[in-house]
Amino acid sequence: MAEYISKLEQLLEEGEFVVCSEMGPPIGADPEFIRKKCDDVKGYVDAVNITDNQTAIIRMSSIAAAKIAMEEGLEMIIQITGRDRNRIGIQSDLLGASALGLRNVLCLTGDHQCFGNDEDAKNVFDLDSVSIIKACQQMTEEGKLINGNELKTEPPRLYYGGAHNPFADPFEMHMLKLEKKIEAGMKFIQTQCIYNIEKFDYWMEEVRKRGLHEKCHIMAGILPTRSVKALRMMKKFVAGMDVPDYTIERMEAAEDKKAEGVQMAVDIINHVKEIEGVRGVHLMPVAWEEITPVVVEKANLYPRPEV
Amino acid sequence: MIVGKLKDVAEIKDMLSEDLESLFIIGCGTCVSVSLAGGEREAKSLRDLLELYFRSQGRDVKVNTATIKRQCDDEFIDSEELAISEHDVVLSLACGVGVQHLGIKHPGKMILPGVNTTFYGRNSDVGEWEEMCLGCGDCILDDFAGVCPVARCSKSLINGPCGGSQDGKCEVDDEIDCGWDLIYNRAKEIGQLDRLLSYEGPKDWSTARDGGVRSHKNPEFFSE
Repeated sequence: MAEYISKLEQLLEEGEFVVCSEMGPPIGADPEFIRKKCDDVKGYVDAVNITDNQTAIIRMSSIAAAKIAMEEGLEMIIQITGRDRNRIGIQSDLLGASALGLRNVLCLTGDHQCFGNDEDAKNVFDLDSVSIIKACQQMTEEGKLINGNELKTEPPRLYYGGAHNPFADPFEMHMLKLEKKIEAGMKFIQTQCIYNIEKFDYWMEEVRKRGLHEKCHIMAGILPTRSVKALRMMKKFVAGMDVPDYTIERMEAAEDKKAEGVQMAVDIINHVKEIEGVRGVHLMPVAWEEITPVVVEKANLYPRPEV
Repeated sequence: MIVGKLKDVAEIKDMLSEDLESLFIIGCGTCVSVSLAGGEREAKSLRDLLELYFRSQGRDVKVNTATIKRQCDDEFIDSEELAISEHDVVLSLACGVGVQHLGIKHPGKMILPGVNTTFYGRNSDVGEWEEMCLGCGDCILDDFAGVCPVARCSKSLINGPCGGSQDGKCEVDDEIDCGWDLIYNRAKEIGQLDRLLSYEGPKDWSTARDGGVRSHKNPEFFSE
């Protein structure tokens, strides 16, 4: 039997339809905050992403928060962006994460700091998402740092992925970057959240045409919402989000917005589950994390497989 | 060219001490003159404004101006040596280079900056300038269809756009064109798309400011 780096890798490699979710660390140093959130999703998801100062708002570090959550029995995916650290800091943190037993990494470029509360900060972007993936690949598989120097002790054991926005235009230009990430060794993708089903279908068609779904595992992004306002905000203000008018109209027409939000998420899950090449879903209910178990159950994805 | 922006008069006033007796405003006749920030026109109108201000305060401050071709070059600043020595303070409307060059040449003199040096850019329209270059010291324009990813992508990404690029606009601001959209379109136009496909390793920043304060010598003048 193959030896897997992580439970996430094992599930994806063994063909399970994987369920991931997302957790934002606290704006503060309270470990209890994380432990409590763990209780909400335990048993309902296979792995949990933990964000890295998402939207450039300062929070507890992804690695520290992930370590706390891992001790609660969750499989974690740390996120690493290039915004706040250069190649020295990133590789050092990747080594540290692996040493702590954190094996899954999502490599991201990072939101510009203008989205957060520290617009006056200096940004880094020494490595982009592709070169962070490459750093993971080189360290894990070749035992080498980006600068070519060999690691002096055991290499890290990392299972690394990236993100992609199927809705960003021009399409071909964004595909170019996706292909570079796969070339650099990316093992899994978590997509931007899907509301525009037609466009997602088209993207998957292109992915299959190029055989990319055979080179890396694709998890479809799902963002359950419970209000028209949230949908409108995302449409207008969130970079790279594609919220079609029919989604907003559907929510407007609903009497019970929460139930409709859950149903909309379940409908999208049921749709993507049938698409060849989609290997799981990534749930990211922003500020509504407690809804994750409900969505998972309603989409008939509960119980989760034991490994 | 180096693009600049004249500082707010209020900020300039704050820099000037209460006991100031004479101020020499020196415009710079090259880059910042073209970017309408610190040339002869700006020097004179700033003089008029400050004179009015001092008068309204009942203060007798002598304000004079001169504009020299380039404040970053000895050849041109020598002509103002006497005038500089006759004033308490010099307000330079040059870029940061000119301000500092004047300081080096006039060690005992207070030289204040009247302009914010903004970027290396082009004149993109009447009264409009756009950043084009970061001065990284290792030009890679040949690999990116002549559009600089370092200066024109808000994140200096060299392997393609970020997920925040949408319909040709940058996630930072709708007014900013996505640098990668520009690169992609121009590469397509000139038949160089294939050059964008290969992985670019992390950029060598040692030739930029990250390598320490930079200077260089032309070997023609410094042969052994």
